[in-house]
Amino acid sequence: MNAVASQARRTGAMLTVFLKEVRENLRDRRTVLSAFITGPLLGPLLFVMLINMQVSMQLDKIDKPLHVPVIGAQYAPNLVDALKEGGIVPDAAVADPGQAVRKQDADVVLRIAAGYGAAWRKGEPVQVEMFYDSSRQDTSSAVERVQKLVEAYARQQGAMRLVARGMSPGTAWPVLVAKRDQATPQSRAVLLFAMLPYFFVIALFIGGMPLAIDLTAGERERQSLEPLFANPVERWKILAGKLAAICAFSCASLAITVLAFAVVGQFIPAEKLGMELDLGWHFAGTVLLLMLPLVLLLASLQTLVAAFAKSYREAQTYVSLLMMVPAIPSAVLAFLPIKAQAWMYAVPLLGQNLGIMQQLRGDGVTLDQLGLCLAGTLAAALVAAGITAQLYRSERLAISG
Amino acid sequence: MIEVRDLHKAFGTVKAVDGVSFTARDGEITGLLGPNGAGKTTTLRMLYTLTQPDSGQVLVDGVDAATDPLAVRRALGVLPDARGLYKRLTSRENIEYFARLHGIAEATLRARHDALVDALEMRDILDRRTEGFSQGQRVKTAIARALIHDPRNVILDEPTNGLDVMATRGLRRFMQQLKAEGRCVLFSSHIMQEVAALCDRIVVIAHGRVVADETPDALRAQTGEANLEDAFVKIIGTDEGLAA
Repeated sequence: MNAVASQARRTGAMLTVFLKEVRENLRDRRTVLSAFITGPLLGPLLFVMLINMQVSMQLDKIDKPLHVPVIGAQYAPNLVDALKEGGIVPDAAVADPGQAVRKQDADVVLRIAAGYGAAWRKGEPVQVEMFYDSSRQDTSSAVERVQKLVEAYARQQGAMRLVARGMSPGTAWPVLVAKRDQATPQSRAVLLFAMLPYFFVIALFIGGMPLAIDLTAGERERQSLEPLFANPVERWKILAGKLAAICAFSCASLAITVLAFAVVGQFIPAEKLGMELDLGWHFAGTVLLLMLPLVLLLASLQTLVAAFAKSYREAQTYVSLLMMVPAIPSAVLAFLPIKAQAWMYAVPLLGQNLGIMQQLRGDGVTLDQLGLCLAGTLAAALVAAGITAQLYRSERLAISG
Repeated sequence: MIEVRDLHKAFGTVKAVDGVSFTARDGEITGLLGPNGAGKTTTLRMLYTLTQPDSGQVLVDGVDAATDPLAVRRALGVLPDARGLYKRLTSRENIEYFARLHGIAEATLRARHDALVDALEMRDILDRRTEGFSQGQRVKTAIARALIHDPRNVILDEPTNGLDVMATRGLRRFMQQLKAEGRCVLFSSHIMQEVAALCDRIVVIAHGRVVADETPDALRAQTGEANLEDAFVKIIGTDEGLAA
């Protein structure tokens, strides 16, 4: 009977702490705003804007007529006609093509020599000069387009000359490259979406941050830990209740982000880029599952870091710095695409990153990978929670004066 | 009853508490008197198990604080130096939070809550958030919160600090009531009038040591001073850190 009563009291204490923290923080407008609105929605909004910008830029390049100053257009009317067919608008000649490119007046300038017509009629190779600046990355697609058009024209004319001489055009091109692109519409999307996992981690982070700071540095600043610890409840139970409150807030924040991505996914014109993006229910479920142990890990780490600070403000600085850490795997994977090894799935953050990317590619996550990811992160989370509990027992934490 | 035996506590090389012993009995008000920095708060913190003594023993109703800290905390009602209310909760919610941490049944909680609210005259502030409370309203809430589990032993660390005359008088009445109910009341103060007006027994602490442990009358007799303040100055050998 007594054991039952004390058991009830034990779970009661944890629940009491949890409910009080949730209630108190729900009353703080700043916390609610950042945990449920700005934190989780900023990522999806930013994402849609970036993607749309990128999409419209790429579509622009393909469709827009390209203005190219052509010097000596009158010497090669056929070539100029072929360029026009390829969507290039020949502009009036410029006096100094080199300077026009350097001054960024033109992306690329073509110069056709005066002797073009004579050489052409004799069947000799003729030169078409192309002025451009390879250090200007934004013009590279224009340069490539002009070059391809000129080369295609040359190949076509060459083939016609061979046919006129009774030879097969194939004699001039003994080896041909046949391109076999293995990218699927989904995997093409991946390059663009490499930062996606980070947005989920950010949502977790921002959702729990105000609480993590409040329940360590904030309590110390308010001097409320001392009366709290005077109650007949073990400290680890108090900590457990508080950690649960952090987890609840960050989970809610994550859920809102995942939901928001599912909604905005509809508005991303991915198919225009020849990509396929599935941010639907299956994706959402996998993300939530992969992230679950990360919730506890981040909650413990945030609490741990905030506990070292003397004031709320100081803690904010420390925890914000901690937020940079989860960006590392996303950044590394975005710029150095590495081949995933099995052990990588067991590394917290990296595992989630790989898993989410894999789900995006449409490959799906295997049970092994899922298990490794969950187990690895959970183990790290338990260690972090243990260290935090140890710190919570120290006398230094409670004494504010 | 609270028994303290030869407590020691050092922070680095500073001996904050250096051999403190005294007994606070049931149905009595015991005053822990001493200048600022004498070791009063540190001593009290060891009583309610927030800090561990380096050596020595604390017994509350015969239970050793070192072996069963939870039972000791259950037997104590504590108003620490740091009041630490939750400012986004109302006064009532602050009190109920601690009641639930003690695992008090709802029915008991209601009755106990009403009695405390009446005794402390705080019904009008119950449903306001504690943010923006006056010092007196804050202390009332913190005391109600500390005593909601009906403890036999009450520890108050400088309870009248920052209170105005009316609030101080109200609080003294309340402490007399606690004594009349047969509880053991231990409070710390550096204010003479208060100790003289309230205490059955005065424990004077200076430099981490007990320098006197007497009734107010005995203290006056011992020092040959009719005035308690003069007696106090004579005992601790200095008038530093003392407020009249």
